[in-house]
Amino acid sequence: MKVLVPVKRVVDYNVKVRVKADNSGVELANVKMSMNPFDEIAVEEAVRLKEAGTATEVVVVSIGPKQAQETIRTGLAMGGDRGILVEYDAETEPLAVAKLLKAIAAEENPDLVVLGKQAIDDDCSQTGQMLAQLLGWSQGTFASKVTPGDGTVDVTREIDGGLETIQLKMPAVVTADLRLNEPRYASLPNIMKAKKKEIAMKTPADYGVDMTPRLSTERVEEPPERQAGVMVESVSDLVAALKEKGAL
Amino acid sequence: MAVLVIAENTNDELKDATLSAVTAAQAFGGDVHVLVAGSGCAPVADQAAKIAGVAKVLLADDPAYDHGLAEALSALVISLADGYDQLVTPAGTMGKNFMPRVAAALDVAQVSEAVEIVDANTFKRPIYAGNAIATVKSSDAKKVVTIRPTSFDKAPGEGGSAAVEPVAKVDAPALSSFISQELNESDRPDLSSADVIISGGRALGSAENFEIIERLADKLGAAVGASRAAVDAGFVPNDYQVGQTGKIVAPKLYIAVGISGAIQHLAGMKDSKIIVAINKDEEAPIFQVADYGLVADLFEAVPELEKQIG
Ligand SMILES: Cc1cc2nc3c(=O)[nH]c(=O)nc-3n(C[C@H](O)[C@H](O)[C@H](O)COP(=O)(O)OP(=O)(O)OC[C@H]3O[C@@H](n4cnc5c(N)ncnc54)[C@H](O)[C@@H]3O)c2cc1C
Ligand SMILES: Nc1ncnc2c1ncn2[C@@H]1O[C@H](COP(=O)(O)O)[C@@H](O)[C@H]1O
Repeated sequence: MKVLVPVKRVVDYNVKVRVKADNSGVELANVKMSMNPFDEIAVEEAVRLKEAGTATEVVVVSIGPKQAQETIRTGLAMGGDRGILVEYDAETEPLAVAKLLKAIAAEENPDLVVLGKQAIDDDCSQTGQMLAQLLGWSQGTFASKVTPGDGTVDVTREIDGGLETIQLKMPAVVTADLRLNEPRYASLPNIMKAKKKEIAMKTPADYGVDMTPRLSTERVEEPPERQAGVMVESVSDLVAALKEKGAL
Repeated sequence: MAVLVIAENTNDELKDATLSAVTAAQAFGGDVHVLVAGSGCAPVADQAAKIAGVAKVLLADDPAYDHGLAEALSALVISLADGYDQLVTPAGTMGKNFMPRVAAALDVAQVSEAVEIVDANTFKRPIYAGNAIATVKSSDAKKVVTIRPTSFDKAPGEGGSAAVEPVAKVDAPALSSFISQELNESDRPDLSSADVIISGGRALGSAENFEIIERLADKLGAAVGASRAAVDAGFVPNDYQVGQTGKIVAPKLYIAVGISGAIQHLAGMKDSKIIVAINKDEEAPIFQVADYGLVADLFEAVPELEKQIG
């Protein structure tokens, strides 16, 4: 079984982003970039499938600038076998990414594509579902457990009311939620080994995909600030304050 | 032309989020139609028909739609899309699951979690865990939009008298099947629509200790939420998680207990009307968004609070 894992290079989750003074976007200069945390979980899951003998090859794919090679290397250091970078410098939209991934899937013939459930920069949560539709495949989103069977895969999903388990026919698309696993830290020897692994360099034109964005960003603003609050001294003061506000 | 709202429902109940989606849909100006898909869900269609401002209800009642499997549900919505300029649904786990398939099939970009519909082409939506709000303009002919329910008032659930029109099941290849579900039944109000929420964090330390949060919630008639750390540690089920990647809530009163206030948590609750934080660390970032902060050990403060409310 072959597994494809798309990984996105995003602003590190610990960074509190700032809006640019001209409201054209957020400040990305000199900001720490990392692999999207959900994609780390996706890579981890794929690598575990390989370690369990279920998967034979894990291919890590990114669509992004040259530096996204580092993101792919992180995935290779975790245990991915090889990488594909589709070089593209501007922001990517889920629809265009899904089209590229569809083209890559047509060449690679994976049995499973494992993505993150959401990129923490655009917070879209669309790409996996779009890819599944474009490929005509089944999908298991927000996965907290993935159990491959014979030509099928059982996926436990985190849904609003609790958990749901569904069975997907393979090939299938799965998107990883937080509780799927705890991603490993790559060891130094594995980081060294990853440097020798192959990363194929591609462009959107190689796949004939038009990247023109469908949504143009007109303006980016700070969210409304909350008024500074007060500190209360005791539980009784708190109760009194809330009663006065009519909140209790 | 009209707007199609895809209802969020269990087979016997319309979710409140649908009422918010109707309000959002009205901003486009056309007639609002509501699609109710499910199995044995006719009572939900009747409920939808009573929503003020709804012109027509489409009822797709078939076992194929029982568990809202994405492949079946998206095929149904795609088959109806020709008749609509805009398709709108709440950004819950159901909408997030099937709606992008619809957008991909129609070759349009989805606008995820819109918090404002500025005009028929322009939307505001949070990015970077709500640390920025982007205004985006869509160049697509059709709009496929998921909306954040807490950002739109609920349309009145009474006052409408729309006709209910059945729609036939759309054949779709059976790519997935339902096996089982573990839903967390509770008598407490629903987290996404509760007026009062009390949430606990890692500091609670165990599922047993978390009961002090639940006891206080029951006294207040509140829903119970949690931080990711509390869910990951297994104190409470996954669907209690509030935050960027959990539930987005905006109650009248949100009480955060033993939660540090990471940006991912704040993303889910900072639109609450009044925020109370109880934390023993006066430097905890949660205090920066709190209207009332109490520096205290939660194991003393929470039982005391319960007693004083009594
Ligand atoms: C991709 C991604 C997505 C995420 N999504 C979410 C999300 O949706 N929701 C979410 O909540 N988090 C999310 N997180 C996690 C988030 O970054 C934080 O790790 C998490 O919110 C921390 O939970 P906490 O505040 O309970 O724990 P901690 O940060 O450990 O805070 C515990 C707090 O309890 C206080 N405390 C300790 N003992 C006591 C006591 N006896 N009395 C009073 N106070 C006490 C401490 O002072 C501390 O402030 C996400 C992270 C990532 C990377
Ligand atoms: N530019 C990209 N390169 C590689 N993978 C991506 C890219 N954008 C999105 N993805 C994948 O799609 C998932 C969901 O992203 P999104 O739909 O943008 O929230 C991410 O977690 C990644 O796995």
